[in-house]
Amino acid sequence: MAEAKLNRLNLTEKDYEGAPSTMCRGCGHDAISASVMRAYFENSIDPRKVVKLSGIGCSSKTPAYFLSQSFGFNAVHGRMSAVATGANLANHSLMPIGVSGDGDTSAIGLGNFCHMMRRNVNITYIIENNGVYGLTKGQFSATADVGSVMKGGKVNDIPAIDLAELAITLDATYVARSFSGDRKQLAPLVQGALAHKGSAILDVISPCVTFNNHEGSTKSLKYAKAHLDPIHDIDFIPPYENIEADYDEGTDHEVKLHDGSRIILHKLSKSYDPTNKAQAISAIHGAIAEGKFLTGLIYYNPNRKDFAEELNLCDTPLSELTQDDLQPSVEQLDEINANFMK
Amino acid sequence: MDTPTINDLNICVATENGSGSASSNNILFKAIFKMGIPCSSKNMFPSNIQGLPTWYQIRASAEGYLSRKDVIDVMVMFNDATAAKDIYRVRDGGLILYDDSTPLPAHLRRDGVQYLGVPANKLVTKLVPASPLRAKQRNMIYVGALAYLFGIDMEIIKAVLEDTFGKKPAVIESNLACIDAGYQHMKEKGYTQNIARLEVIPNGNKGKIITEGNTAAALGAIYGGASVICWYPITPSSSLAEAMEYYLPRLRKPKDGKKAYAIVQAEDEIASASMIVGAGWAGARSMTSTSGPGLSLMNESLGLAYYAEIPCVFFIIQRGGPSTGLPTRTQQADISLMYGASHGDTRHVILIPHDTNSCFDFARRSFDFADRFQTPVFVAMDLDLGMNLWLSEPLKLQREPFDLGKRLAAEQLEEWTKAGKKFRRYFDQDGDGIPYRTVPGNQHRMASYFARGSGHDVDAKYSEDEHDYKAILDRLRKKFETARKFVPKPIVEKEKSVKTGIICYGSSYEPVREARDRLKTRGLRTNHMLIRALPLTSEVRDFLAEHDTIYLVEQNRDAQMAAIIKDEHPDLGAKIVSVLIYNGLPATPLEVVNQIFAAAQSTERKTAQM
Repeated sequence: MAEAKLNRLNLTEKDYEGAPSTMCRGCGHDAISASVMRAYFENSIDPRKVVKLSGIGCSSKTPAYFLSQSFGFNAVHGRMSAVATGANLANHSLMPIGVSGDGDTSAIGLGNFCHMMRRNVNITYIIENNGVYGLTKGQFSATADVGSVMKGGKVNDIPAIDLAELAITLDATYVARSFSGDRKQLAPLVQGALAHKGSAILDVISPCVTFNNHEGSTKSLKYAKAHLDPIHDIDFIPPYENIEADYDEGTDHEVKLHDGSRIILHKLSKSYDPTNKAQAISAIHGAIAEGKFLTGLIYYNPNRKDFAEELNLCDTPLSELTQDDLQPSVEQLDEINANFMK
Repeated sequence: MDTPTINDLNICVATENGSGSASSNNILFKAIFKMGIPCSSKNMFPSNIQGLPTWYQIRASAEGYLSRKDVIDVMVMFNDATAAKDIYRVRDGGLILYDDSTPLPAHLRRDGVQYLGVPANKLVTKLVPASPLRAKQRNMIYVGALAYLFGIDMEIIKAVLEDTFGKKPAVIESNLACIDAGYQHMKEKGYTQNIARLEVIPNGNKGKIITEGNTAAALGAIYGGASVICWYPITPSSSLAEAMEYYLPRLRKPKDGKKAYAIVQAEDEIASASMIVGAGWAGARSMTSTSGPGLSLMNESLGLAYYAEIPCVFFIIQRGGPSTGLPTRTQQADISLMYGASHGDTRHVILIPHDTNSCFDFARRSFDFADRFQTPVFVAMDLDLGMNLWLSEPLKLQREPFDLGKRLAAEQLEEWTKAGKKFRRYFDQDGDGIPYRTVPGNQHRMASYFARGSGHDVDAKYSEDEHDYKAILDRLRKKFETARKFVPKPIVEKEKSVKTGIICYGSSYEPVREARDRLKTRGLRTNHMLIRALPLTSEVRDFLAEHDTIYLVEQNRDAQMAAIIKDEHPDLGAKIVSVLIYNGLPATPLEVVNQIFAAAQSTERKTAQM
């Protein structure tokens, strides 16, 4: 038997696996989990430094299916972004990954999701976007496109919320869109998200093979594949690799991440600067007008502090502070009492 | 009344909110405190910024009673909008102080009370240049007028002004000028009254403090080690979180040159509750503060924390419900909601402070309870306790080590491993219903587990198995029974021969204390039990068993605590007679006395008919 490939922590890909998946056979979510495991392995991240969080829905079950050595928290519907915010404040030395669905994020959890991004909480936040509620058997979600047909024939006539556009508007600092079946693009985007410090939002089209894979659906496997509109090819270069990237001065774009890693974006049809907010939003609008899914690293802002830094939290995690750190003295209380005597 | 009482006086100040009366009332109150006279204040304010009626009662009580008094001796009638009613709020023989810059309309005259005028508008116009400040300083005039009438020395007023505005001599001077003008006016007119005199009690309030319950609870939470505080503004709880914002940077020393706490104003109460659940799971001492509507929104997170067994603390400052209800009035009507918060079978630990000292103490200890029992813990307060000023002994810190409960560090897990023991997150290893827990960041290879609000087994694995599910529910109940032995016990005052008992909790304590003294002078001796926590401890059953009749005083319509007691002790529950006060104002001793006598008489009548 061939030796399993080891990463820089001497871990094998197997060390990043989780419990067996209970998704439907062929579900896009499993493909995303595979990309997530690959990204952690490739980035040589210690699973014990990761916390996995989710809400409710098919997607929210998936953190159990990767990184079994990490702490996990499958919370309640729509609240993962707030639960993750609290967990991040309690221990900002850990790397949170949140997995959510389009119902969990764009409907019931929209408010909390928005405010998490406003605060730029450090998290890799993956939305497994299939346009329907799977666990409750196929109702439209708020990301269902106008004109999309539900199994059974009902047509959606309310405009979709574009989560990538929303994320850019609220200044999430790393915003990408991809397709569950495109591991070549998705894995480096997840690697980049893991290396980024701040809210990294990945809106991943992930077809529901059971409830939304029929003719007339705009999030079916067939439709998605036919309408992908990648902005660029992506290479992720970890900080420890000094290799010269295949980088074309004229057409490529390099993104430097907080931990020293880099993402090289190779231009496809037109040049694209992901740090340009206005261009990012208009590119999304352009693609929507053509009925396409714009994919790639759509927006990146290297200039915002993450929430823990903004709050000036101590380096020691709050969860590890002792009574000596936390409890003021009796003398200080005496002083307060004296003030209350006035 | 022929002879004035000494140091027994109840003043009600009627003004518009936003008119600066908070400042003048505070000065009046602090002056009486400085004289050494036991005193209390009750602020009955509207849910509004400016222009709606507000009343502020200041009570001096030589006997040391601090509850709201029903009988008003003096009405400061400074709000035209409520004057027609205010004249009838004052007792017969009482005094009405009004602004006589313009003549008093005839319909505001009534018999049986003394009217004294002070031309506040005229005086303030002379003293203060036209500015927004002028309207506010008008209220300082009545402070001076009352000071003269009841014998508060101007030197004491001056000292209070210095304490209040220490670094702003100009502010002290302009306020003092207005107060003095009111004082001098009454003096020049030769006005007198025969209701009461305030006299200095040497060292009367020596060592005593004045503070609000919310401030005391905020300080308690800081001393208890709260490090993640997430909240959403809502009256009457905001001042608790704001007190933490004020005191944390002053009290908690920096760590690594940075902040050793995170305080976050969340986007709503759903978020603040979810955040503290996340923080509690990740090992920080986390808390939120809110009131009824916020508590309603937090229910789902409370169920999650209960079922996933995550420590976190909820300070609930109750106000008038249901719905928006009376946001600026007081009630004890969220006890049932707290006790069984969230869907499914739940039971929660509730600590119920009754004064500012116990607000401090219970706030501190709530984090120990949360960590010990790995569950959300409530600290149940109300607007009266939280936002009114209370006279008390100084806040006292019990020096005891934090109880982090059964939280395993990596080293302990290593010892377990060597001893061949396995870490099972939801396994009842000690038979007390409390499992062991680890927190994220623990690097031991056995440490991690998957917390979830969905069905799980003892190893925290997803499970829909009927045995797994029931086993966890049963263990949670067992854990609650363990908590029963640890929560603060009731305070009981009793004499063996007395067969009538009164039970109350929280801010009902002070009116009940006074009511018991009044009942005693009228021939009804009572024993008393102050409940300080849920679940109920065994002392409650004993008290029920030892008495023939038990009056249970609470500030809600539906007898919520009585229902809990009757549910747990159905065989003794019939002895309970509920005394219910729920008009949104702090309960008064008179209401308690009247309801008890009415109930006693109706029982007597029934007995006589038999």
